[in-house]
Amino acid sequence: MTMELKEALQKFLLRLGDNALIQGQRLSEWCSRAPMLEEDIALSNLALDHIGRAQVLLDYAGHTFGEIKTADELAFRRSEREYYNFLMAELPTGNFAFTIAKQLFLSAYEDLLYEALCESTDTHLSAFSLKAVKEARYHFSHAADWCMRLGLGTAESHDKMVDAIHDLWAYTHEFFEMSDCDLLLLQHGIAPDQEKLKKNWLDKIGKVFMRTGFSIPQDTYQHRGSRQGIHTEHLGHLLCEMQYLQRSYPDASW
Amino acid sequence: MDTQLDLWEVFVQGKSGGQFMHAGSVHASDKEMALKYARDLYTRRNEGSAIWVVLSNNIVSSAPEDAEMFFDPANDKIYRHPTFYTMPEGALQI
Repeated sequence: MTMELKEALQKFLLRLGDNALIQGQRLSEWCSRAPMLEEDIALSNLALDHIGRAQVLLDYAGHTFGEIKTADELAFRRSEREYYNFLMAELPTGNFAFTIAKQLFLSAYEDLLYEALCESTDTHLSAFSLKAVKEARYHFSHAADWCMRLGLGTAESHDKMVDAIHDLWAYTHEFFEMSDCDLLLLQHGIAPDQEKLKKNWLDKIGKVFMRTGFSIPQDTYQHRGSRQGIHTEHLGHLLCEMQYLQRSYPDASW
Repeated sequence: MDTQLDLWEVFVQGKSGGQFMHAGSVHASDKEMALKYARDLYTRRNEGSAIWVVLSNNIVSSAPEDAEMFFDPANDKIYRHPTFYTMPEGALQI
């Protein structure tokens, strides 16, 4: 594997791992705060699925460094500019509708991404994706069910869902950006063509929206930057809390 | 008063072909939600291969005050137990 390809794979793995980690951290904020006990456990389960994913992906990413890094080192000892998660993942949890819209957009993407990655020429990635795609499919189904309930529920739940969809739309196109890394990985059959994913993603979201009477928002300004490690102000605060213990007491164990 | 959503009873099947066991209950507004919550609450540690959910209201239960009338007469009918048969080999679920 050339140096260039190895670096591209590293960035890609960090992107997948960071997406899982940051989403897991955000979802875990619902623990003890969800609208009802059952949903509390459901959301915590989703959070744990993501943390589990992050562990495997960051561990694999760690092996692409000259000096091997552990998943914990990568999670707790990188600063925000070294993180490559989507901006949407780091946005504050917001209300329940906001979380559901976020989950809908992200899990629809992950469902398609991991399905495509099952065919990756990287055998580690393809084996992992066979498991991840099942999780992602369930996460999408959970979000789609709630999207419909909130959309067809009360006037208030409907309006909150519409607001969430509109606020989050400006963070969706970033998923599908083709950087030089992505092009290189595509050439080697390691990662899929994001443009193709975009078409299928729009279909998938469109189908859910059709059942609920929502429409796909008009494309307006789109936020970008995560491919270069440029983030919103929110990631720093999240990392601050998540990394506090390891930063204050390096290598603490109990 | 219960201000939560409808109550559903959850039955989980451990292995394909085996019996469904009562696992507990969940609150949910519809059957899809009940099924998903049952999955999230009662099969997180690999307990299940299939789930049934049923609205608690749809279950007909015997009343505690009828227990004597219902069950005591069976107490002394030892001859109803099939203890005189040899169990077929490999029949674990009987």
